[in-house]
Amino acid sequence: MVVTTTDSVLETVETVYQSDSRRVLATLIRLLGDFDVAEEAMHDAFRAALEQWPKEGVPGNPRGWLVSAGRFKAIDGLRRQKRFDSLDEEGQQVDVAVIDSAAWADAESVEDDRLRLIFTCCHPALAFDAQVALTLREVCGLTTEEIGRAFLTPATTLAQRIVRAKAKIRDARIPYQVPAPAELPERLEAVLRVVYLVFNEGYTASSGAALTRHDLSAEAIRLGRLLVELLPAPEAVGLLALMLLQESRRAARTSPSGEIVLLDDQDRSLWNRAQIAEGSRLVRTALESRRFGPYTLQAAIAAVHAEAPEASATDWAEIVGLYDALLRLDDSPVIELNRAVALAMRDGPEAGLAAIDEIDRRGDLKDYRLVHAARAEFCRRLGRTTDALAAYKKALVLTRQEPERRFLERRIAEIGR
Amino acid sequence: MKYLCLVYLEQDKLHAVPDRECQACGDGFRKSGLLVAAEALEPIETATTVRVRNGKMSITDGPFAETKEQLAGFYLIEARDLNDAIQAASKIPPAREGSIEVRPVRQLNP
Repeated sequence: MVVTTTDSVLETVETVYQSDSRRVLATLIRLLGDFDVAEEAMHDAFRAALEQWPKEGVPGNPRGWLVSAGRFKAIDGLRRQKRFDSLDEEGQQVDVAVIDSAAWADAESVEDDRLRLIFTCCHPALAFDAQVALTLREVCGLTTEEIGRAFLTPATTLAQRIVRAKAKIRDARIPYQVPAPAELPERLEAVLRVVYLVFNEGYTASSGAALTRHDLSAEAIRLGRLLVELLPAPEAVGLLALMLLQESRRAARTSPSGEIVLLDDQDRSLWNRAQIAEGSRLVRTALESRRFGPYTLQAAIAAVHAEAPEASATDWAEIVGLYDALLRLDDSPVIELNRAVALAMRDGPEAGLAAIDEIDRRGDLKDYRLVHAARAEFCRRLGRTTDALAAYKKALVLTRQEPERRFLERRIAEIGR
Repeated sequence: MKYLCLVYLEQDKLHAVPDRECQACGDGFRKSGLLVAAEALEPIETATTVRVRNGKMSITDGPFAETKEQLAGFYLIEARDLNDAIQAASKIPPAREGSIEVRPVRQLNP
């Protein structure tokens, strides 16, 4: 026991809350078998710490103390509920000495608790938007108000989603466990999808005035790091790399007045070198595993951009090759569109235009604003102003993003001159 | 000849009939040798749909939604948890062609 002043103890409780409340919650869910009971127990435990630590000192293993205290409070509460008419009142103080340590002794279980929590929140039997909300609430500790603001969704809607998801976990008996090796790849895919959506929601807000909502991206990167620490699968590493490499360009991708700056026109001295170095290193690790997937390949593409000292020095041949590999894993028209853009850079705008015509022929992306924006860009470079103008106007109708709208309007005005 | 009697109810009428009445009905059927198996189900929010396409399993929240698909059979299984139930469901051959809705059985509270 360390004897300290009350103020510094309160500060310690706050620090432990920041660093460890999610771990405590994750273990309490396992021990108590219910999200809501565990959440209440965790808050009770921190309340007990606020009362007891100033008097008794900060315990040597604060997290262990909190888990034991939370468990004790929850069991005590259940017991009292069962015999509310009983006369013997139990002592209010938590006596850590009498709490069985079995729950805490198994260090491996405790480490796995955070993974259990992540996999349970991202269980594919839950609706996707519920997976996202639940992960941000339970794994990241965001409030429903914070999540609501970030997703431009009323907090009440989110609260309802979370309540429903917890009810399904309980009633359909979704187990609190890390999936078996046979199920792991698919289940990990679901987790990565949630993390990447959170990142993208922060990076390119799908609607609204602000182009970036930094907090969500930071939260996604934190989640990505946690996942890599707990389960260093190649695709988890690849996703973390991808997020870091995209994030590295944040300062350069909007002008001080909030206008979009395209990759080619970005001031590369604004790129975050530390994030690029870490991202590139992680990409190499993931690629060397030879068991990588689409996130790693996208990260590899981002790394090629990041490593070019200027736009004209970009290795477009390498990028086209990586898109080819990506298309073999996932033949989505959006990837095909990105490949068309890379192709235009390697072989000229005619080649890009031909690739887009091919996508159009299948009618896959006719309402996707970026197809029209890309077509417009190629036509503009070829001097086909009428076609460029028509395509920019189509893109303008389809965009819901304020900075993008201004960008397109600027282009239209430039051509019109 | 065996017959499956399917019970349909609107959401707000799920508990309109007391559990004890359903229990008594089941007991009566059992006594007369009529009953093979009877269970109540948890509400539709607990449903999970399992499909297998090209050997790959897909799991989605909610009941089966294709109105063209019709109820074609049932398996009442005993599984440890939803993950086990999903694994079993994915092995039911029609999962390749249609959908298997996995819904937990509800204990009656007579």
